Amino acid sequence: MLKKEFFRKPKNELENYNKYIKTVSPDVPGEMCVLCPSCKQTLFTGALNENSNVCPKCGYHFRMNARQRISMLTDENTFEELYGGILSKNPIDFPGYPEKIKHARLESAEKEAVVCGTARIGGNDCALFVMEPHFMMGSMGTVVGEKITRIFEYARDHSLPVVGCTVSGGARMQEGILSLMQMAKTSGAVKLHSDAGNLYIAVLTDPTTGGVTASFAMEADIILAEPNALIGFAGPRVIEQTIRQKLPSGFQRAEFLLEKGFVDAIVDRKNQRKQIARLLSLHTGRECG
Amino acid sequence: MSAYDKVAAARAKGRPTGTDFIANIFEDFVELHGDRRFGDDKAVVAGIARLNTMPVTVVALERGHDTKEKVFRNFGSAHPEGYRKALRQMKLAEKFGRPVVCFVDTSGAFCGIAAEERGQGQAIAENLMEMMTLRVPVVSVLIGEGGSGGALALAVADEVWMLENAIYSVISPEGCASILWKDSSRVKEASECLKLTAQDLLELKVIERVVGESGRNFHRTYQEIKQGLWETLVRNKNLDPEELVQKRYERFRGIGFGPAGRPAGQETPAGPCGRHAPTGML
Repeated sequence: MLKKEFFRKPKNELENYNKYIKTVSPDVPGEMCVLCPSCKQTLFTGALNENSNVCPKCGYHFRMNARQRISMLTDENTFEELYGGILSKNPIDFPGYPEKIKHARLESAEKEAVVCGTARIGGNDCALFVMEPHFMMGSMGTVVGEKITRIFEYARDHSLPVVGCTVSGGARMQEGILSLMQMAKTSGAVKLHSDAGNLYIAVLTDPTTGGVTASFAMEADIILAEPNALIGFAGPRVIEQTIRQKLPSGFQRAEFLLEKGFVDAIVDRKNQRKQIARLLSLHTGRECG
Repeated sequence: MSAYDKVAAARAKGRPTGTDFIANIFEDFVELHGDRRFGDDKAVVAGIARLNTMPVTVVALERGHDTKEKVFRNFGSAHPEGYRKALRQMKLAEKFGRPVVCFVDTSGAFCGIAAEERGQGQAIAENLMEMMTLRVPVVSVLIGEGGSGGALALAVADEVWMLENAIYSVISPEGCASILWKDSSRVKEASECLKLTAQDLLELKVIERVVGESGRNFHRTYQEIKQGLWETLVRNKNLDPEELVQKRYERFRGIGFGPAGRPAGQETPAGPCGRHAPTGML
């Protein structure tokens, strides 16, 4: 038995490519220490991981991968993944796309840029989608659009609220117009879920831009955001190129959107689970667990 | 014609714009202004008109003819108030049971400080959501450039048509080349790769119909659109609103993945990729 374990052959390509997998979270490298970009303090990675990837000194929110976020938000052992097996093809035969996908899978250890499923948060049943920043920057192609559409359809069929965490650079240009169409498709699914009287809470994290902002991220009944998250339609670089001037500091950050009235509240990571649980229970009439 | 020739043709000077299509297809057009929230976006022209005998709501993105008008129209790039103006007219159309016709011609929604401050993303998102369940027939015609979300915000329709030399894309070929290859001179290559011509999109089942063009004379094009709109709107007006909305949802539901579109993906067993369970999954 032991011998078999030692000498077994790799079962999939990822096992063969182990040497390329440096870390699942490039923002928090596998090294012992990491420098906080905000307060410039040196932090121990272990301490950072225990603190939900938030700098214990200044509260800077590092990026967080989808699985880590799910375990942070949901009640222990309640998450059940759905539609996890859908894989992207190359629908418009875009050159270099299959290699990019392969690389993204290795880098993120995920099959696509969103993880969907059902879970309980503070004892409240919900459907959940969490986007993955390390998979092509959470870009939305046909598979991401399909999975998000399906989770809203599932939630509608089962009268469940949806909790969705977004992080995305926008539509995935390697799938051309088909990516753009996912904006309409997901919006339709959100609308039908909403028209049936169900709740949708979005948590916008850094960065949420482009086609995701202009579709399901901004369509929630209640929109929460992480502190200092970049949220916008056009990226800051594109705007700077268009208007040929430097953008004011804090522009397109979560605090700016709160000021302008486009998000309901800014909630830091350590309070997210509690706050989402409270919101969910306020909509079910259930006592907050 | 290569894909890049089509890009050039779609942007060509002298190509008729939204208001030309309104003037040549409809009668009794009454323009109605403003979004009732912030202001009146000149890049969006909206109002009520008559198609033969049928009153319809018409919304067009207008890029302007000469330099002065182009500046006035912000080159056809709408701000959030433009999309809200369009939605207001569409909601009125729904109230009075009028079909909606949209003409799309924009390089994209405007990228600027004011646009972001007033919620460009939110404005587009709301249009996508509301248009999907609008209880009256909607037809969108792409007449020139269909630039990303700014074009889609007026193209969630029962049928989407494109002129022979119009383009429709998730990103401009220039943007694609500079982001992907850090080389904006590879724009021709990007145009090919993005599959943005009317013919490509018909094949991908993203549009229903390609409307022919014959050189610089658009008279026959106007006639073809007028005839097509009449037939389609009369047919869809007779449908039950529930059925109409369901069909519209299914139209987009199938794109890229699912029964109606070409399958873009395949299913395998669920679970994270590889045996390296991500950290934090203890």
